[in-house]
Amino acid sequence: MSTNSKSAIEFRKVSYRPEGSAEILHDLDLRVHAGETLTLLGRSGSGKTTSLKLINNLVSPSSGDVIVEDHPTRTWDIIRLRRRIGYVIQDIGLFPHFTVERNITLIPRLEGWPVGRVQARLKELLSLVGLDPQLAPRYPRELSGGQRQRVGVARALAADPPILLMDEPFGALDPITRSDLQAEFAALQKRLRKTVVFVTHDVREALLLSDRIALMESGRLMALCTPKEFLHSSDPLVATYVRSAGADLDGCDRGEA
Amino acid sequence: MSVWHFMAQNRAEVFQLTLEHLWLVAISMLFAIVIGIPLGILITRWPALDKPILGSANIIQTIPSLALFGFLLPAPWFGERADRMAILALTVYSLLPLIRNTYVGIRGVDAAVVEAARGMGMTDRQMLLQVQLPLSLGVIIAGIRVATVISVGLATIAAAIGAGGLGELIFRGLAMVSDAVILAGAIPAALLALLADFGLGLLEKRLQRF
Repeated sequence: MSTNSKSAIEFRKVSYRPEGSAEILHDLDLRVHAGETLTLLGRSGSGKTTSLKLINNLVSPSSGDVIVEDHPTRTWDIIRLRRRIGYVIQDIGLFPHFTVERNITLIPRLEGWPVGRVQARLKELLSLVGLDPQLAPRYPRELSGGQRQRVGVARALAADPPILLMDEPFGALDPITRSDLQAEFAALQKRLRKTVVFVTHDVREALLLSDRIALMESGRLMALCTPKEFLHSSDPLVATYVRSAGADLDGCDRGEA
Repeated sequence: MSVWHFMAQNRAEVFQLTLEHLWLVAISMLFAIVIGIPLGILITRWPALDKPILGSANIIQTIPSLALFGFLLPAPWFGERADRMAILALTVYSLLPLIRNTYVGIRGVDAAVVEAARGMGMTDRQMLLQVQLPLSLGVIIAGIRVATVISVGLATIAAAIGAGGLGELIFRGLAMVSDAVILAGAIPAALLALLADFGLGLLEKRLQRF
């Protein structure tokens, strides 16, 4: 217990090959420490989204184990596991027939929280993600892209899960909204200290938000380092990524958090 | 004698036959809904069943309606009374649009919404009742609408086996070579179909806003 308690999530020799197709993930060994933000960085098809889905068991490993809070995902009650893990995806997936309020409070309601507690939590979450409480009775289609993504984050945080999975959550937003939300998320995470696994293909986003960056390619982990180490790495692949991010990286080099 | 004249003279009978017609359609639609929607849901959960079930419903749809009545004649219990046979026939004809639309509607729910629901830890039942069914209701109602309109038309054939309904007037008119009598059955049947189409169309539009 004591050796594992520092790592909230651990991949042990995890491979994933869907039936009848090529291997997507090969022998992944990776530990995510409790309270850190770890970014899975890589191009499309590198296996980063699959790695994320292995954590909440939307896909199951073909071999190896994914350990969440000291237990392999295959021994978890799948519903209990997922309710301890907030999940934010690029397409957000808000329920179009639910108001903002119902979207955000879905899990607390399913968990049978008393009405008063649900309402208090809703208020808290709206202010946490910077949403006007007057938006609560609106439907998702009446919101802007940035507002929707804030609702998505609030919904993932609703039942105060210790772990948060984010799959390119800001990818579909315009650049200005995106950098606003990135900055707000960084500030939020400083306060909440959740264990966050963040998937992105955007090097600058990875440098800005991560405690550590896991660089993936073709289903393999290629590098694992802090943003600072990442910037100064001599690894040719890492260097390629750093170059691709362009010249204006000075603001991103915030060192180890 | 004009059709209007005939209808005015036989109002009570036309009204009675319209009621019978409505009853045949309503009862068979009720059965079709109770059977078809669960089957449609079932094949979204057991994809191995989708081809056999949709295929069978499809084959039933291709049987000519008069022939189907012939097949049903020796069936136990159903064959004993004409209205039972008619209701059974109308029910099986209505299954295909209901099964297919339920299936297509549920499968058509935005993949991101379904992934979010699963990832958040909704059980399959919660996902079905709170997400997939509400979001596919418009498509399912469209299936009910198609099936109802087809049933109103098909139910006229039920008179051929003595099950009553507006088909009585149509067959009688054919025997008498009287356009007025044929139309006295055909016009109310057409009106019923249009009315059902319009009413369910309104409902469908309301439910499809998402």
